[in-house]
Amino acid sequence: MIATSSPTRFLSTGLRRVLGSRVAAAMAAPHSVDRYLELFDPTWSVNEVRAEVTAVRHQTADSVTLTLRPNANWQGFRAGQFVRLTVDIDGVRRTRCYSPANSVHAGNEHIELTTKAHPTGFVSKFLRDEARPGMIVTLSQADGSFALPQQRPERVLLISGGSGITPVMAMLRTLCDEGYTGRITFLHYSNAAKDLIYAAELAEIAARYLNVELLRAFSEGAQCGELQGLFHREQLATAVPDYAEATTFLCGPPGMMKAVQKVWTEDGIGERLHLENFTAATPVIDSTNAEGDVRFARSERLAANNGATLLDQAEAAGLRPEAGCRMGICHTCTCRKLSGQVRDTRTGQLSDSGDEDIQICVSVPVGTVTLDL
Amino acid sequence: MSHFSKLSPEQFTAIGAEFDAIRNRVRADLGERDASYIRGLVKRQRQLEVGGRIMLMIPPTWPLGVAALSVSKILDNMEIGHNVMHGQYDWMGDPALNSKNFDWDSADTAKNWKQTHNVEHHTYTNVLNRDHDVGYGLLRMSTKQKWEPRFLANVPLTVLLHTFFQHFVAVQNLKIEEVLIYKTKTTAQLKEDFKPVWKKMRKQLAKDYVLYPVLAGPMAPFVFVGNVAANLARNVWACAVIFNGHFPEDVEQFPESILENETRGHWYVRQLLGSANFSGGRLMHVMSGNLSFQIEHHLFPDLPAHRYAEIAPEVRAICERHGLPYNTGSFLGQALSTWKRIFKLSLPTRGAGPVREELVTAELEPLRMAA
Repeated sequence: MIATSSPTRFLSTGLRRVLGSRVAAAMAAPHSVDRYLELFDPTWSVNEVRAEVTAVRHQTADSVTLTLRPNANWQGFRAGQFVRLTVDIDGVRRTRCYSPANSVHAGNEHIELTTKAHPTGFVSKFLRDEARPGMIVTLSQADGSFALPQQRPERVLLISGGSGITPVMAMLRTLCDEGYTGRITFLHYSNAAKDLIYAAELAEIAARYLNVELLRAFSEGAQCGELQGLFHREQLATAVPDYAEATTFLCGPPGMMKAVQKVWTEDGIGERLHLENFTAATPVIDSTNAEGDVRFARSERLAANNGATLLDQAEAAGLRPEAGCRMGICHTCTCRKLSGQVRDTRTGQLSDSGDEDIQICVSVPVGTVTLDL
Repeated sequence: MSHFSKLSPEQFTAIGAEFDAIRNRVRADLGERDASYIRGLVKRQRQLEVGGRIMLMIPPTWPLGVAALSVSKILDNMEIGHNVMHGQYDWMGDPALNSKNFDWDSADTAKNWKQTHNVEHHTYTNVLNRDHDVGYGLLRMSTKQKWEPRFLANVPLTVLLHTFFQHFVAVQNLKIEEVLIYKTKTTAQLKEDFKPVWKKMRKQLAKDYVLYPVLAGPMAPFVFVGNVAANLARNVWACAVIFNGHFPEDVEQFPESILENETRGHWYVRQLLGSANFSGGRLMHVMSGNLSFQIEHHLFPDLPAHRYAEIAPEVRAICERHGLPYNTGSFLGQALSTWKRIFKLSLPTRGAGPVREELVTAELEPLRMAA
């Protein structure tokens, strides 16, 4: 949204033009110009968004809030959008999506990301335990259609659960910063008061802005929230009687999102509900039998998993992926796996379930796998 | 008699399991240490390159500039390029260190090299007619090759090969002999295949011999000559390392029939018998891209090469246990024997063919950035 760039930024337009020129590319060839820029500063890059962690805060026991200073390639975001953050953990590059929680009016010099460390959350746990000021991460540009519309709605209802608070926090802060006059209800669900991220700031905003109503719901025992228990229709109808008139933004765990969606669908106001899924449901893995499908995303083909290697299955499906030794040594067949788990036929090891490169000649799908083929 | 036929099926199975165990253990242990190693090396290479190119423009530092740029190009091609393009660091998921994307400071295209080297040479190591390196027609490297008058030029051709190594490597995958000698490839096809190679060659030539000299202004001749020297140093060194690693006696060659029903154990043994190491210090290992551990590299081509030194004692122990040879020698000794051999083979071989029948001396792969 905000495209102004500060003169203190490293890459002024002129220098950027030089570094992005064909001459610079020819000088660096066959490597990229970035490979040489990194020598001077790890955040310098011609195209990539890289950011330095400038502050690390632990608002709750299991969460971490990072303040990032992105380089000049960062184009800003719309409140509610997410970025893909890439970080190296024990030598391996991992990418996860996080929604900036800061106001878009805070300028392009900083991005605030908050993540909650789930028991199975490899990257979030790493960030909580290991992130330190000075750490460099790579970011994508902001993405996603879950965002405040340019034409601000007249009445806004923000519903979130757990760490799903981050995109709606960005919306709340953005609206407050720009002097939004419509009514905002901020309805947030968490287990207990001690788990509520941004607790102090939320209370402060609610006290300062008369048009902001804060409704905190805690599910564990009797606590000092405005509401008790999990989301249900009666609670909503009592707490936010005009919910049907509001433009609603929803982000939270799958169970809660389903319950909210159901109410909106039943009321026939589904088009007023905007939502963001931020946790994928955990797939059920059965490694003994060949289950699920093999999906070849680029060629738009689908085959039932027959338990053979992905290379064999791709060929059986009529595809001709590049391949060489067919025994895992030449890496000619390396291909992007978009989702799903595979087993290495040599080691028996199960892969990560996310986006990563695999050697398809020695990989057998475990459940449904999607390949960029 | 070949060591191959001395082993029982049980031994092949055991050897396969033992080498697999080493591989799996190292694979499971890969992490921060390996990532830091390769990133540190890439950083060092870039520093040397940037520093070298600047020093080449300043007369008093010119010799240092040549040295720095030479080392930079050697590191780029060997310990970084060769190894990254083998997929040794694919597990890191870093696009800049991935075998799919990486390209090196050499006239050869990454794509062509990966085909001839990773697929043909490494899968079919030393298998006649399959490993394109074996029996390459330019030089006579084996007594199995019939002598022809043109092989009188064996020695000068080898010098030429060392001098223009990167360009010979670049055209190797075009398989020019199929056009000129065997007529199994058309000129039109050759032209088509040459297009991407020429594109890469052109870029490399333009960078070193036009762009940087022009940028140096009045120092252009210095920079030009410096770049010639650095490319020459890299060519000669890379070629010498490869000749050494592929030429020692007692390295076996195999008939195509050996591939039938080849098990993983057989494959390992074939790799082992088809490779030889040379000794040296840490600097020698880094500068040779750890091709000084040719045996370990052929057994585990996609394990990060800096690990070979650590697993070499175990590999050696496995060889001893099964009565298999583990070929190694000094760099200089190997180089001398290489040149002696090239000279000898330029003359007709006396007697009826090779002295050893099964234990055929290795064909080296003259035109390839081999490993």
